[in-house]
Amino acid sequence: MATEHMDRLRREGRIAIVGASLAGLRAAETLRAEGFAGELTLIGDEPYEPYDRPPLSKAVLLGRADPLRTELPRRREIDAKWRLGVAATGLDLTAGRVRLSDGDEVEYDRLLIATGVRARPWPRESEARLDGVFVLRTRDDAAGLYQRLRAGPRRVFVIGAGFAGCEVASACREQGVQVTVAERAGAPLVGALGGVVGAVAADLMREHGVDLRTRVTVTALEGDAAGRVRAVHLSDESVVEADVVVVSLGSLRNTEWLNGSGLGAGPRGIACDAGCRAFDFRGIVTDDVFVAGDVARSPHALFEYQFLSLEHWGNAVAQAETAAHNMICDGADRHPHLWMPAFWSSQFGVNIKSVGVPPMGEELMITQGSTAERRFVGVYGHKGRVVAAVSFDNTRWLEFYQRAIERGAPFPVEHPTLDRRPENRRPVPADFPDPSLPTHGPMVTLSGYSPADTQLVFHPARH
Amino acid sequence: MRLVVDLNKCQGYAQCAFLAPDVFAMHGEESLVYDPQPDHEQRERLARAVAACPVQAITADGVDGHGAFRGPEAPDGH
Ligand SMILES: Cc1cc2nc3c(=O)[nH]c(=O)nc-3n(C[C@H](O)[C@H](O)[C@H](O)COP(=O)(O)OP(=O)(O)OC[C@H]3O[C@@H](n4cnc5c(N)ncnc54)[C@H](O)[C@@H]3O)c2cc1C
Ligand code: SF4
Repeated sequence: MATEHMDRLRREGRIAIVGASLAGLRAAETLRAEGFAGELTLIGDEPYEPYDRPPLSKAVLLGRADPLRTELPRRREIDAKWRLGVAATGLDLTAGRVRLSDGDEVEYDRLLIATGVRARPWPRESEARLDGVFVLRTRDDAAGLYQRLRAGPRRVFVIGAGFAGCEVASACREQGVQVTVAERAGAPLVGALGGVVGAVAADLMREHGVDLRTRVTVTALEGDAAGRVRAVHLSDESVVEADVVVVSLGSLRNTEWLNGSGLGAGPRGIACDAGCRAFDFRGIVTDDVFVAGDVARSPHALFEYQFLSLEHWGNAVAQAETAAHNMICDGADRHPHLWMPAFWSSQFGVNIKSVGVPPMGEELMITQGSTAERRFVGVYGHKGRVVAAVSFDNTRWLEFYQRAIERGAPFPVEHPTLDRRPENRRPVPADFPDPSLPTHGPMVTLSGYSPADTQLVFHPARH
Repeated sequence: MRLVVDLNKCQGYAQCAFLAPDVFAMHGEESLVYDPQPDHEQRERLARAVAACPVQAITADGVDGHGAFRGPEAPDGH
C-alpha cells in the first residue's frame, strides 16, 4: 500500500529525467501510465525529439530510411516540459536540483538519469577534425555519413570491427563501395562473441569483398592541403588511401556532468541496485535518484550478481520501465530489473542475435547448424552452466536457450537437439581476448564483485 | 506516422513485409528492415501489419483504430 508520502509524490511531485532518448521517453510514458500526475521535465542535449538509433547503421545507410525521420513512436501522451538542446551540467543531490547549460535549474523529488553513451572519438583531435572522418551515434552523424556514401567515395575505412563497424562495412559493400576494416583483435566481434564466432564473421566479411585487416591498429589519419582525409596509416606500416573514415571504437559513458555530485558515477557508468536506484560514491543507495539504459551498471542475479553495463536497445526499454515504476512506489511494491540481456545485429544479409552474456562464457558449443554454413546456434558455458547463446540466421532457437539460461541448465549441452551435427559434440574454448587488453570495446561490460569468484582477494594499500 | 520494431522479439515471420511491402522488407533470410516514418498512404497497411505481427513486435503511432497506438498530440486517454 502506498504511503501518504508516496500518494503525494504521485499526485503533485516533481520528476526530472535527464537524457531524452529511448530510455528517457519510455520512462516518461511508464510514469504517466502508472498514474504519475505531477510535474514531469525531460532534459536532452540533442535538439531533437527522442529518436531511434539502431536504424542509423542499418536501414539509414542502406537508403531505406531517412536519417532525419527516425523519431520513436509514442506509446501515449506524456504531458511533459521538454528542455531540448540543453545539457544538464551538474547535480546537487542534497538540494535535489539539476543545473542546466543555459543557467537554469530544475528541482526534483525524483530524478532519472538516462544520459547513455557517446561514440569514442578518434583520440588525436587534429586528425579527428579532418573532413570525411565520422563517428556514428547520432542522427546527424548518420545523415553526414549517408551523404558521403551516396556521393560514391573511392574507399571507406572503418576503424574497429565491433557491431557498428561491421554494419557500416556491410552497408558500404551493399552499395558497391570499397571498404577496408581494421581491428586490433584477431577477428571482428571478438569482444562481444569471442574468437570462434569472430572467425565466422571474418569469413563473411571477406566473402563480401571487405578488405579486412586484423591484429593491426591505426597509427595516424593523414589529410590533404584542404583538410580532407586522404589516407590511413597502420601499425604494420601499410598505408590505405580512403576519403571517408568511420571511427568505430566503442563508447564513452556520459557521466562527466556528475563529477563532484557525490553520485557513484564514473567511466564505467553509474552503479545502481537491482531496483535502478543509484549508489552514491560511498556505495550507499540513494532513494530519489534512479538510472536506466546504456549509462547504468546494475547487478544481475542470473550472472553471479556481476554488475552489467549493457548497450542494448531492449535493456534501455526494460530498465526504463522498471526505474519509472520504482520511482513512484514504496519498498515491497518495487520490481527488480532482471532483464535477460538480448541483442541483434544485421550484416551482410545475416541476422545475428544473442541472449545472455557471451563474454562470460569460457567455452562454446555449436548446438544447431554449422559455422561453415553461417547458419548456427552457439551456446556459451561458464562453470558448468549455460550463460549465453548466439544465433546466425537461426532466431527461432534463441527462446529455447533463453529458458535454459534462466533455469541454470548444465553445460556442456547434453540432450541431442534438432540439427545437431556430430562434429559439435564437444565444447571448444570460446576464445575471448584478455579483458585487460583494449579492443574496440564490447557492448557488454562485466564489472564488479562476483560472490562466486574465490580468486578475489583484498590487498590493503601500504603507506 | 512513426514506428519501431523490437527486433529482439521479431521472429522474421515476414507477415508485415507481406502486408505492407513499402514499409517492411526482408533482408537476407531473417533480417527485417523498415522505414521508421512511412508516408500517410501506408496507414491502413501499416495498421494491418501491426495487428498481424504474431509476436507484437511493432509499435506505431498515428495509426488510428488500433487500441494502444495514439497520435503524439492525442489527449491522454488513460
Ligand atoms: C548506430 C547504432 C546502432 C545500434 N544498433 C543496435 C542494435 O542493433 N541492437 C541493439 O540492441 N542496440 C543497438 N544500439 C544501441 C541502442 O541504440 C542503445 O542501447 C540505446 O539507444 C540506449 O538508449 P539510452 O536512452 O540509454 O541512451 P542514448 O540513446 O545514448 O540516449 C542518451 C541521451 O542523453 C543525452 N545526454 C547525454 N548527456 C546529457 C546531459 N548531460 N544532459 C542532457 N542530455 C544528455 C544524449 O545526447 C542522448 O540523447 C545501437 C546504437 C547505435 C548508435
Ligand atoms: S510480422 Fe512481426 S515477427 Fe514477423 S517480420 Fe514483421 S515484425 Fe518480425
